[in-house]
Amino acid sequence: MTASEFTAIVWILSVVAGFLGALTGLGGGVIVIPALALALGVNMKYAIGASLVSVIATSSGAAAAYVREGFSNIRIGMFLEIATTLGAIAGAFLAGRVGTHALAVIFGLVLIQAAYHSFKGTPEGDRTVESDSLARRLRLGGTYPSGGDRREYGVRNVPAGFALMLGAGTLSGLLGIGSGAVKVIAMDRVMRIPFKVSTTTSNFMIGVTAAASAGIYLNRGFIEPRVAMPVTLGVLAGALLGAKVLVHARVQTLKTVFAVVILVLAIEMMVNGVTGRI
Amino acid sequence: MDDRRLATTIGRVLQTGVLLAAGTVFAGGVLYLVRHHSELVYYRAFAPGSPDLRTLHGIARSAAQGRSEALIQIGLLLLIATPISRVATAIAGFALEGDRLYTVISLIVLTILAFSLFHAS
Repeated sequence: MTASEFTAIVWILSVVAGFLGALTGLGGGVIVIPALALALGVNMKYAIGASLVSVIATSSGAAAAYVREGFSNIRIGMFLEIATTLGAIAGAFLAGRVGTHALAVIFGLVLIQAAYHSFKGTPEGDRTVESDSLARRLRLGGTYPSGGDRREYGVRNVPAGFALMLGAGTLSGLLGIGSGAVKVIAMDRVMRIPFKVSTTTSNFMIGVTAAASAGIYLNRGFIEPRVAMPVTLGVLAGALLGAKVLVHARVQTLKTVFAVVILVLAIEMMVNGVTGRI
Repeated sequence: MDDRRLATTIGRVLQTGVLLAAGTVFAGGVLYLVRHHSELVYYRAFAPGSPDLRTLHGIARSAAQGRSEALIQIGLLLLIATPISRVATAIAGFALEGDRLYTVISLIVLTILAFSLFHAS
C-alpha cells in the first residue's frame, strides 16, 4: 500500500469511528483500534498510540463545550484525576511489557464490556443524593442545569470511586482508549453523581488521563506520526460531526446495532490474539 | 475569579489547544503526503524507531530541519500539552479563588503529568 492510499483509508475509517464513538458515547478509540489492527494489519502498538492521541483531541474538543454549559464538575474531575493519571502511568508501563497478542485479548474483553454497557442504554431520570462526610470535606457536591434552573446534588462513596478510577486510568494507559465507560460507572453508579454530570465530567477527565500516558507512549515509539496523523484528524472530524447529529438521532436503536458490531469486533480481536495473527 | 469564569477560561484553553494542534498536524500531513505519497508503507511489525521522532529534543531538532513527520509530532505534542495547560489554568484559577485544597489537588495532578512528560525527554 502506498502512503497516500494508507492515509486516505485510515482517515475515512477514523471519521466513521469518531462519528459512531460520539453518537454512542463510547469514544472513537474502541472502534479505531480494531479497525486498524483487523482491516489494515497495523501493529497493535501503533494502533493504541494513534488512538490515545485522538482520544485527547476529541475529549478536549467536547469538554470545551460541556464545561461552559456548566455540566462538568471541575472539582470532582480534578480530584479523581489524581487516580486516573497514576493509573494511566502504570498502564503505559504495562503496555510496553505485555505482548501484542495479550493486548489484543485484553482489548477484546474490554470491548465486550463496552458492548454490554452500550446495549443496556442510559438510566432514565435523575436522582440526587446528599453528600457523605468525606465528600463534604472535599466539597465535591455541586449544581447542574436542569429545566432552566440549577439543581443541587451530592456525592458519596469517594474511596470506592477513587479506586475504580485507578482501574480506569490503568486500562486507558494499557489500551490507548479513554475508558469513559468505567469512569461513568464509577461516578454514576458508585459515587451517585447525576448521569449527565458523570458523563460530561468523565469526558473532561479523559484528556488529562490520556496525556499522562502519552509521554511514555511517545518515548516507547508507540506514537508513529504517519499513522497518528490521519487517525487524529479523522476521529476529530467524525466526533464533531457526531456531536452535531446527536441532537436529532434515535440514539437507542443506534446503540443496540452498535453493541452487536462491537461484540463481533471483540470476538475477532480475541480470536486473532489467541491464534497469534495480531 | 469564580467557578463560572474558571470554567469559561478552561473551555477556551481547551478549544485553542485543539485547534492549534489539529492545524499543525494537518500542515505536517500535507507536507508528508506531498513528499512521500507514492512510498510503500508497512506497519505490521513494531519497531520503536529513531529518537528523532520520539524524544522532545529529537522532535524539535528534526522539525527544525523541516522533516514533515517531525512537524506532525509537534502537532501531537501540542495536543498532549492541551490538557496539561488545562490543569495549569485550574491551579491559577483555584489559587485566585483562595481555594487552597483544590490548588494543592491540581498541583498533584500537574506533578504526575510532568513526571510522565519528563520521562519522555
